Amino acid sequence: MNAQLQPTGSAYFIAKETQLPESHTLSVLVDNEPGVLARVIGLFSGRGYNIESLTVSETEHEQHLSRITVVTRGTPHVLEQIKHQLERIVPVHRVVDLTVKAQELGHGTPLERELALVKVTGTGDHRVEALRLAEAFRAKVIDANTEHFIFEITGKGSKLDQFIAIMKPLGLVEICRTGVAAMNRGQQGM
Amino acid sequence: MSNGRGQTERREMTGAEMVVQALKDNGVKHLFGYPGGAVLPIYDEIFQQDAVEHILVRHEQGAGHAAEGYARATGKPGVMLVTSGPGATNAVTPLQDALMDSIPLVCITGQVPTALIGSDAFQECDTVGITRPCTKHNWLVKDVNKLSAIIHEAFHVATTGRPGPVVIDIPKDVQFAKGIYTPPQTAPRTSYHPNLQGDMEKIKAAVALMASAKKPIIYSGGGVINAGPEASQLLRELVELTGAPITSTLMGLGAYPASGKSWLGMLGMHGSYEANMAMHDCDVMLCVGARFDDRITGRLDAFSPYSKKIHIDIDPSSLNKNVPVDIPIQGDVGRVLEDMVRLWRATSKTDKKVLYPWWEQIAKWRARDSFAFKGNADVIMPQYAIQRLYELTKDRDTYITTEVGQHQMWAAQHYGIEKPNRWMTSGGLGTMGYGLPAALGVQIAHPDALVIDIAGDASVQMTMQEMSTAVQYEAPIKIFILNNQYMGMVRQWQQLLHGNRLSHSYTEAMPDFVKLAEAYGGHGIRCEKPGDLDAAIQEMISVKKPVLFDCRVANLANCFPMIPSGKAHNEMLLPDEATDEAVANAIDAKGRELV
Ligand SMILES: Cc1cc2nc3c(=O)[nH]c(=O)nc-3n(C[C@H](O)[C@H](O)[C@H](O)COP(=O)(O)OP(=O)(O)OC[C@H]3O[C@@H](n4cnc5c(N)ncnc54)[C@H](O)[C@@H]3O)c2cc1C
Ligand SMILES: Cc1ncc(C[n+]2csc(CCOP(=O)(O)OP(=O)(O)O)c2C)c(N)n1
Repeated sequence: MNAQLQPTGSAYFIAKETQLPESHTLSVLVDNEPGVLARVIGLFSGRGYNIESLTVSETEHEQHLSRITVVTRGTPHVLEQIKHQLERIVPVHRVVDLTVKAQELGHGTPLERELALVKVTGTGDHRVEALRLAEAFRAKVIDANTEHFIFEITGKGSKLDQFIAIMKPLGLVEICRTGVAAMNRGQQGM
Repeated sequence: MSNGRGQTERREMTGAEMVVQALKDNGVKHLFGYPGGAVLPIYDEIFQQDAVEHILVRHEQGAGHAAEGYARATGKPGVMLVTSGPGATNAVTPLQDALMDSIPLVCITGQVPTALIGSDAFQECDTVGITRPCTKHNWLVKDVNKLSAIIHEAFHVATTGRPGPVVIDIPKDVQFAKGIYTPPQTAPRTSYHPNLQGDMEKIKAAVALMASAKKPIIYSGGGVINAGPEASQLLRELVELTGAPITSTLMGLGAYPASGKSWLGMLGMHGSYEANMAMHDCDVMLCVGARFDDRITGRLDAFSPYSKKIHIDIDPSSLNKNVPVDIPIQGDVGRVLEDMVRLWRATSKTDKKVLYPWWEQIAKWRARDSFAFKGNADVIMPQYAIQRLYELTKDRDTYITTEVGQHQMWAAQHYGIEKPNRWMTSGGLGTMGYGLPAALGVQIAHPDALVIDIAGDASVQMTMQEMSTAVQYEAPIKIFILNNQYMGMVRQWQQLLHGNRLSHSYTEAMPDFVKLAEAYGGHGIRCEKPGDLDAAIQEMISVKKPVLFDCRVANLANCFPMIPSGKAHNEMLLPDEATDEAVANAIDAKGRELV
């Protein structure tokens, strides 16, 4: 065999991963200042962490605080690293792993909701069927003419996935989703 | 207008004035920089005062490394000033270097006027975007009234907690604009408050665990240097009290003196046999301000398999990052060691006899003499050159910097560092070209000290132009080049891993370093024979000018001992076993598959 084709060696040692990855929802309270979202996103891409969903908005106007909700996937060890790495960012106030917290509080999983706007066009049977299904899913019609509906639907991500899948053959033309908003049950704050 | 404490009251001034005022108010005496259009107003202010001395480098990378050297040698933040665009991009390497090695570095960059940001203006670049991942924090200042507070905050962030680099990007219109200057305040932002004090319960548990150990080891790192000279003093006390042996990473050299009786030498890939064997076999490991870097741990699943581990680190993300530990203690090394020493004195009266067998074992490992090398009467061995350098300079007020490569490892092995802040090297990023400008920075901080850059012939050519800066500022730095004509470290890996095919690791056209030194206005020395070495080193020391010392050494020497890729600490390749065949086969197929 050509010596050049032998696998090359390396200066790095890589340990086998033994833990299984899990999905967790993190809440990150940050100063609402320029660049803060770029810092958070850059951390995830730079260190090779996953982002499954990301939602940001200012939540406390006077204090200029924003809340970022990130759904991420990793082994427990990586998830702990993500939390600590986020905490190193100077404008980050607090990071709570809502999934871990929910387990500690005995609540199973955190409450999670997402909103989607779904545009469906069509006439005749398809149109009737779309409206019937929308009612079954408790989706609201927020715009319509004789040839289209825009539905607003809120719920867990999985419910939205299902609704969108059902609408596909009925004339689905456009989807917009907000990403996950989440908090834990009970009277305690973040 | 200064009040008694050298601090100004609130008053109106231009942004450029504020920069200089804020530097003074933060105790800055020197800054390293290079001018350009976007920082001219600041340069104009620098011109009109003399409290802060500006050192004009020849390349912005040099400014950054000089500031890093200055910071490491003084414990104070290093400061650099560069223009927009290419000035800022040239600063990226030292910023990342400082990030990896936890060096406090404040970098001020000029930016195009606010109104032009985003228009691809002349010498515009997205400085905060480019430097975001290579700084601890950065700021684009759009309002002159926020400028002074931001600069004060930048110094606070750079120097507290885990130290690191920061960038303040100041558009030119903000430098011209007038606003209100506010003096430094002690009320930093609410989201940033690094915790210094360790958890007392954990500290108690750590002391008890150390006291119960029969085969303890202390493994210290750069965090001890970061924590200041008092922390090194406390570390020395703890070593004395516990009777435990101590080793250190490349970054922590000098915290415990190399001449100390409990010293095992550096650990890790090119560390001593006794340090690595003791890490492997110990029953309790106390890691103080080190980060379980991959150069230290070797194969993670075989890393110190029998020990309980205690880890003191100020950064929670360092704890349990690479190696799971039994007692993680988040806090400042100085504070935590203080608690540990106090508790130890109060509770644990060690019976050091318990450690005798452990020390006997260590003595056997030591007897392998793992840093040994075969001397040669005709050719200078690189290790010999460093030994002679050490013997002839150890009794002076000496500071050592290095470049990156074999010479760096040999320096760590053979130049005994006795005190903290005396050893400046690029560990995490491994930046060739670090050592010469770093030596310049050290010399500016300590004008009367003997500052030596132990260099490689390839590395030193990356930032050679700073010789010109050294001549200008009469900084008599000594550049001691171990000239082997090769990128030795690369050549060694090619021999180990790539069938000795030396692809592009030989420098066929080497400059004449003696003539080069003279061209810069410095002094050149060449030495080719072991017998001439001492006299040549003496000459280097006595010349009161920057010196390029071309020390011609054996071309093909390898750096041993070495933990080959994919091996554990107790599978080191020792110099006396490293025949050509052993070297060729050191890394087996499994090791080769690692990446
Ligand atoms: C060619 C080459 C070969 C190398 N080979 C080796 C080798 O054989 N052996 C070796 O040791 N290194 C080697 N290195 C260096 C290596 O890459 C790492 O840079 C080094 O091991 C890291 O040192 P450290 O663990 O002390 O961490 P540092 O990078 O110095 O980090 C310091 C740690 O302390 C913490 N800290 C900072 N301040 C404080 C404080 N006040 N209180 C508490 N904690 C604090 C930080 O959070 C961080 O976790 C080599 C480098 C090169 C370029
Ligand atoms: C900026 C940079 N480029 C490339 C490398 C990769 N590298 C590591 S060591 C080395 C060779 C260094 O050669 P030299 O300075 O002559 O030192 P020696 O190993 O011969 O002592 C190289 C190219 C690096 N560390 N830094």
